[in-house]
Amino acid sequence: MALAQLYQAQFRTSLATMIQYRASLVIWLLGQVLEPLIYLIVWSNVSVAAGGSVGGYTTGDFAAYFIVLMVVNHLTYTWIMWEYEYRVREGTLSAALLRPVHPIHADVADNLSSKVVSTPGILLTALVLSLIFQPTLHLVPWTAVVFIPAVALAFVLRFLVEWSLAQAAFWTTRVTSLNQLFFVAMLFLSGQMAPLTLFPPAIQTVAALLPFRWMISFPVELLLGNLTPQQTITGFAAQAVWIVLSLVLLRIVWRAGVRVYSAVSG
Amino acid sequence: MTTLRLVWTFFRIGVMGEAQYRVNFAIQVFQSLLGLVTALAGLAVVFSYTDSLGGWGPNEVAALVGVYILVGGIIGVVIQPSMEEFIESVREGTLDFTLTKPEEAQLLVSIQDVDIWEGLNILLGLGVLGVALERLGENVGWAQAVAFGVMLLAGAAIVYAFWLILATLSFWFLRIENILVIFQSVYEAGRWPVTIYPGWLRFGLTLIVPVAFAVTVPAEALTGRLDWPTALAAIGLAALLLVVPRVVWRVGLRRYSGASA
Repeated sequence: MALAQLYQAQFRTSLATMIQYRASLVIWLLGQVLEPLIYLIVWSNVSVAAGGSVGGYTTGDFAAYFIVLMVVNHLTYTWIMWEYEYRVREGTLSAALLRPVHPIHADVADNLSSKVVSTPGILLTALVLSLIFQPTLHLVPWTAVVFIPAVALAFVLRFLVEWSLAQAAFWTTRVTSLNQLFFVAMLFLSGQMAPLTLFPPAIQTVAALLPFRWMISFPVELLLGNLTPQQTITGFAAQAVWIVLSLVLLRIVWRAGVRVYSAVSG
Repeated sequence: MTTLRLVWTFFRIGVMGEAQYRVNFAIQVFQSLLGLVTALAGLAVVFSYTDSLGGWGPNEVAALVGVYILVGGIIGVVIQPSMEEFIESVREGTLDFTLTKPEEAQLLVSIQDVDIWEGLNILLGLGVLGVALERLGENVGWAQAVAFGVMLLAGAAIVYAFWLILATLSFWFLRIENILVIFQSVYEAGRWPVTIYPGWLRFGLTLIVPVAFAVTVPAEALTGRLDWPTALAAIGLAALLLVVPRVVWRVGLRRYSGASA
């Protein structure tokens, strides 16, 4: 119950902050819209040049893929890897450590409340882009229903992984390289650059074994109706396994990290 | 003359400052190579399904990527670090120190921070450009080389003026650094020829955020697609944009109240 109260209070304060900084939010949104938009246009061009279809994706399919991807990417997005380095460097983490609860809860509440403010914006953008690019989306009831838990789990997984990676800031102040490596892996292996089925088979296998795909492209393909029920079950299983693994990772890294941090500040 | 001497001085300070942090060089090598591999792998995926994108062949787009990395390097070496420093100094009030110096303050803030390791991207960009042109078998004659040089200069001037105008806005809006995030995400669009984008977006990438002039136009000059109207527009815009920041700067400076206020 204490946790519920904590979240309530945290929601209230961070909602107020988010509304205060709505201009910054709009700018963040722009970045999240541009990347999928660029790839949407690149692949539309490729598809038109190839006579209307590439690797099973028509021009309209590409539009649907990247517009849904934009929404899923937004819903699962965190900025913790940028924020954490600042916290450790400036020492603002010390205050968070004094609180009697794990600091991750404040971050979860922050993230969710920012999305409460920004999601209407991204949905509106998706609508406008749909009018411009004419996606072909054939919704199947069962995939539309399981899409919701798939996105929720994708969010949990991405949050845990990025939060764990952010802890690298305890050991080095130069986390940018690590972040960049992570974002490149995301770009290719999570489906941000292109639907994974367009990649060579070897890369598809690697993508299936690593966590990235399950953070973004799995819910996207699910909603587009590209997955069989069998593949869907495999996907949920992969998400579950990776969530457990990243929880373990998070615990280990957090404990070790805090020890290093106190050594520095003490 | 004074300008060149000042630029040289700040460059030297930059070298001396960075030479203390040699690990940064290793990190820059890693990040630049990672960026290069990402760009080329992206091209490889796209061109495994087509041999022409918006009328550009694979090697031509590779040449464009070379220009993209090169211009990104120019931005990274001096424009971005100096402008970030400038925005910070307006907020913190440390701009006072710059303003009291007996040199043109706008010039000083434009060159105050040099990140020499970013220069690696300039070399890398030139390398990619060289390999791509070689594979194109394109004979780059004197005329094309000169056109490329002029367009690159015009593009760099346009980008510099654009950043300076945005940064100067910090006299009015204190939280401007997010705007710079916008530039970075929009600059990504320059990795592809602007001809692939639909009209409204091409317009934005040409006139609102001048990515087209910074990357596509110089690449057009090299691959022999540049026409006179575009070339003249680039030069004209560069000249115009170099005047605008002066005006914005003068007006903005009046609003600046310093650290003591």
